[in-house]
Amino acid sequence: MDLLNALVTLLNFVIIPATAYGAQLALGALGVTLIYGILRFSNFAHGDTMAFGTMVVILCTWALQGAGITLGPLPTALLALPIGIAVTGLLVVGTDKMVYRFYRRQKAKPVIYVIASLGVMFILNGIVRFIIGVDDQRFADGERFIISAGTFRDMTGLEEGLAFRTSQGLTIVVALIAMALLFWFLNRTRTGKSMRAFSDNEDLALLSGINPERVVMITWLIVAALATTAGVLYGLDKSFKPFTYFQLLLPIFASAIVGGLGNPVGAILGGFLIAFSEVGVTYAFRKVVAYILPESMEPSGLLQLLSTDYKFAVSFGILLIVLLFKPTGIMKGKSV
Amino acid sequence: MSDNPYQNDRGNKDWSIAKQGGGTLTASPGTGHAMNTRDAFLIGDSMTGGYGGGPDILHECTIAVNPGEITVIVGPNGAGKSTAMKAVFGMLNVRQGSVRLDGEDITDLSPQDRVGCGMGFVPQTNNIFTSMTVEENLEMGAFIRRDDIRGTMEQVYELFPILKDKRRQPAGELSGGQRQQVAVGRALMTQPKVLMLDEPTAGVSPIVMDELFDRIIEVSRTGIPILMVEQNARQALAIADRGYVLVQGRNAHTGTGKELLADPEVRRSFLGG
Ligand SMILES: Nc1ncnc2c1ncn2[C@@H]1O[C@H](COP(=O)(O)OP(=O)(O)O)[C@@H](O)[C@H]1O
Ligand SMILES: [Mg+2]
Repeated sequence: MDLLNALVTLLNFVIIPATAYGAQLALGALGVTLIYGILRFSNFAHGDTMAFGTMVVILCTWALQGAGITLGPLPTALLALPIGIAVTGLLVVGTDKMVYRFYRRQKAKPVIYVIASLGVMFILNGIVRFIIGVDDQRFADGERFIISAGTFRDMTGLEEGLAFRTSQGLTIVVALIAMALLFWFLNRTRTGKSMRAFSDNEDLALLSGINPERVVMITWLIVAALATTAGVLYGLDKSFKPFTYFQLLLPIFASAIVGGLGNPVGAILGGFLIAFSEVGVTYAFRKVVAYILPESMEPSGLLQLLSTDYKFAVSFGILLIVLLFKPTGIMKGKSV
Repeated sequence: MSDNPYQNDRGNKDWSIAKQGGGTLTASPGTGHAMNTRDAFLIGDSMTGGYGGGPDILHECTIAVNPGEITVIVGPNGAGKSTAMKAVFGMLNVRQGSVRLDGEDITDLSPQDRVGCGMGFVPQTNNIFTSMTVEENLEMGAFIRRDDIRGTMEQVYELFPILKDKRRQPAGELSGGQRQQVAVGRALMTQPKVLMLDEPTAGVSPIVMDELFDRIIEVSRTGIPILMVEQNARQALAIADRGYVLVQGRNAHTGTGKELLADPEVRRSFLGG
């Protein structure tokens, strides 16, 4: 019985939240890794692209709610998501035309793009704060729980409750669908294969008649979809705040790099690795251990490796370790 | 004026012994090496140019291939063989000269447009998509085609049976000779009207090299003219209908493969005796 209680506690406070967070990071890291693979630079504006997309979705959600349209038990934001993706798509393609295309024509070195993306980041940062403000915004509606702690306790008779929130379930389902679609697109369709070809060998892609501008545009559109989806899922799960999204850049980059930059499978693995490490290292395991060990051996401390304030240190630490010992990441991406 | 002493007329004013007004035009002695470009299917004609704004690498360089023939370009390292190929394919700033395909001037076309016109090119390096499977490499070769490519893919597999066995493997995991087969196969997928190969046998063993040459001859038999750069000059000239020896971006010797193999100077300088 106690073992079950320990397991439920672990599920409730570590495994479920980390899986949801991991899925969000993975979606974010997929966007970063695609840009890196095809446009060959690390897009520092990615966090703010997520924030922009989420902002559009929030505004649409409010409008829909105002008009009395909801999705019943599901969050209305799902209905607004396609609009958010479309607007963000316009934004990133517009940014590409206004900023990055110029550097492509100059055959600029990748580091120039990185710096340019830093500029784009500041501008997006400003736009988002100007439109929606710097405060926390909650936009989740519909049913809050798939299983609430109370229901679970009544159902199982266990001491510990297990809460499975709608946003967590939704995150996992939507992320799985998005990843399946992405891999199907990259591995099965002509356009997807041409993107991989371009990422692999730009010159030969050109000699094969693949149009670089088209590849780049489709990449941006996919990235807009991934970034908006990731941002909305994160916002539903936690809350939306522009600064938080900017900070997400670190775990997202860590995920992409740990997995191997330019490698989509790696980005997903990396996302979950970072999420589980972050949640695992900052969780106080006292309760779990207390269930397993006999009473006499009950730990006196919290059994928490790091306070949650230091969660960014986890991504950073993992990043450093990977860069030192396996610079190509787990899944052998491009060397960094 | 002229430094020819026989044309020096200094001091002579006596038109009774020397009549004024002889002819001034002289017949050209010719270049001494006829280029025979009339029948060329693809020709880079007197190309001069270099990379970007850099110095000229090619100087009045001409290379051509006739319908159904194999042309081989040989020469020392750094002679500009690859550069000449790139110039013909539109990847060089050609400042003078022209490139013609089947009589059409294509000097101003982009490489992609040249692919569309029926030119296939296998570069010397980085000529496959290493992270993609053999089959995907072939599919990407056929990217510009919108019709059914399965027939062409079967033909490529018939030509290179080993590729069919390895078609689900990433091309980067194959051996050197197999990679070159993928590279040639990829270029064949557009059903090109002319095929350009830059050192297709680079870095493969002599046995594999013979095998590759056989395959190239087989491709040529199907009527596709082949313009090829080769390090292994002796073997390559043996199968060549025409050969060019380039030295420092210039045409040094031109002739049929047999003529060049027999030419004592070519033998001494480029074939090692
Ligand atoms: N991308 C390039 N940019 C500038 N110079 C180049 C480039 N590629 C080759 N060269 C120069 O052009 C000359 C001819 O090179 P190349 O055509 O590769 O010779 P080959 O193929 O006959 O060995 C060399 O001097 C080389 O340094
Ligand atoms: Mg060369």
